[in-house]
Amino acid sequence: MEKNMKNEIILEVDKIKKYFEVKKSFLDSGKSFVKAVDDVSFKLHKGETLGLVGESGCGKSTLGRTIVRLYQPTDGSIIYKGEDIAKFKGQKLKNLRKDMQIIFQDPYSSLNPRMNVSTIVGEAMLAHGIVKKGKEFQEKVVEVIERCGLSDYHIYRYPHQFSGGQRQRIGIARALALNPDFIVADEPVSALDVSIQSQILNLMMDLQEEMGLSYLFISHDLSVVKHISDRIGVMYLGSIVELANKKELYDDPLHPYTRALLSAIPVADPTKKKEMHAIIGEIPSNVNTPPGCKFHTRCVYAKDICKEVVPEYREVKPDHFVTCHFAGEI
Amino acid sequence: MLKYIGKRLLHLIPVMIIISIVIFAIVEMMPGDPVNAYLGVGSGTTPEQQQRLREELGLDEGPVVRYGLWLKRVLTGDFGRSLKYRRDVVDVIGQFIWNSFRLNIVAMILAFAIAIPVGIRSAVKKYGLFDNFWTVFSLTGVSMPSFFFALLLIFFIAIPTPWIPLNGMRTAIMAARGYPSRMAEIIDIGKHMILPVTVLTISSLASLTRYVRNSVIEVINQDYIRTARSKGLSEKVVIYKHAFRNALLPIVTLLGLYIPGLFGGSILLETVFIWPGIGNILYTSILDRDYSMVMAANVFYAVLMLAGNLLADVSYALVDPRVKVK
Repeated sequence: MEKNMKNEIILEVDKIKKYFEVKKSFLDSGKSFVKAVDDVSFKLHKGETLGLVGESGCGKSTLGRTIVRLYQPTDGSIIYKGEDIAKFKGQKLKNLRKDMQIIFQDPYSSLNPRMNVSTIVGEAMLAHGIVKKGKEFQEKVVEVIERCGLSDYHIYRYPHQFSGGQRQRIGIARALALNPDFIVADEPVSALDVSIQSQILNLMMDLQEEMGLSYLFISHDLSVVKHISDRIGVMYLGSIVELANKKELYDDPLHPYTRALLSAIPVADPTKKKEMHAIIGEIPSNVNTPPGCKFHTRCVYAKDICKEVVPEYREVKPDHFVTCHFAGEI
Repeated sequence: MLKYIGKRLLHLIPVMIIISIVIFAIVEMMPGDPVNAYLGVGSGTTPEQQQRLREELGLDEGPVVRYGLWLKRVLTGDFGRSLKYRRDVVDVIGQFIWNSFRLNIVAMILAFAIAIPVGIRSAVKKYGLFDNFWTVFSLTGVSMPSFFFALLLIFFIAIPTPWIPLNGMRTAIMAARGYPSRMAEIIDIGKHMILPVTVLTISSLASLTRYVRNSVIEVINQDYIRTARSKGLSEKVVIYKHAFRNALLPIVTLLGLYIPGLFGGSILLETVFIWPGIGNILYTSILDRDYSMVMAANVFYAVLMLAGNLLADVSYALVDPRVKVK
């Protein structure tokens, strides 16, 4: 799986932030913000899959949606193929859609129930003027859905006539229709049965090889991420706490949160005893994030400095980034 | 589809029978005597003469027998004669339905034509100035009884504006002399429609805009709208092609329920504006103890209601590919 690691960089996210304003109450006009994504930076190489894990509500999906500009980032830059797309608008943003696409989590609700497969998959091609309506259009749609494991006779069916796995294939076909180079996969298999999950993952990996795609693969399932990713980033409360090569991250996790996460993966061997790194307490609110290190409220190693100074996101080992004061020491 | 409609129609038969029994029982329980109402107070008739009339009208039998006889006649399409109009009830209703229809169709078209764009815009710019204005408008519209609003309009608009008629459907003197042309007749009726149509439109607009707004808001938050945006479609296409088409579903259902209402008329409004519609007729025939008329009008209302529900279900199946009729 160690492929193309030192290839050209397709995407570089730098200190990106996405805050959502929350209205407090009718009387209190003070503003507060949900810091869904807070200062995230990483690079993605061409043909690579970067996995992104974290518990629910840690900002994984928001990050993905912000990168494909479904959300306007609050701050920071997104350099895609040498251009900062963070402030793209209108026609430029429309053209960008051809190049980066997103696969959504829920294949049931993300397909318009009143459109057939041909329209769902082909609409974007028409809107971007890639093909004109007619025979060529139909051929193109069939080509895309066949590539995703569906058959030509499916094109006039509606989403409700498909199973979950087939629906996600439609979702993938829809994303591929514009022939993008970069795809954000936002928990694409979370809503599917385990047996179907592997089919979809294998399909995505085959497509990646065929078309030279780069993936940002978001999931909360560590085994899924391990299967598909080259590098993995771990998110906690809107920030990346650790990012490294897959093997490196699993063999030598440096952040206490990563260790806790990894130790929570069940092992299919009842005789094997595992060292548990339990974490204490609940995840704090992302409106009033803890000062200093965000993880200090739940970290067993927390010292005074953790409560006051925000740790830097730094490269502790080559290509191994950690946001912890004591990385490598604990 | 046809099979489904046929089955639904069969289901309506027992419902209709129960409704007819209820209507018959209620009318039966109405205080007052139709013979007296028919003859008028102080008609100077002898009790023997009254008894003869009673027998002639078949009112001397017991209620069960009369219900059976009534049902038998109704099934052959004969609703009897109106005591007041001295004509067949069916003819009387047929004549007045169109007056009600005339008002309602204009009001309905106006209400939908305004409510749909307003509702969509309110939904897209939720809590904006535009949305807040219509929220207040709807609340006021829903809270105010239509007859009161009608009186306000008469007082503040019709009285200071001489060319807007206060009530009725035609200018009496013009109608009596005969209209010089068809156009003149249309204009005259049109003028009389201004006030009642305004009241009807605004009262249905109030709830309709909320309905469209909420339906669109619900759809806009769906995942597939995000999918549509990610395709790089313009916002217009996203809203009108993806969101509105899905939001249309509950609105179509509403339309199904509205259509029979077109013929129904409104009792209060037609009474305030002295509009010769079916609602007005029902009201006056209750006062006149015109039994055949009251029964026929009630059966008519019941049929309208059932037809509306059926229409709504059928249209639902037509619009939504997911509703597969078995």
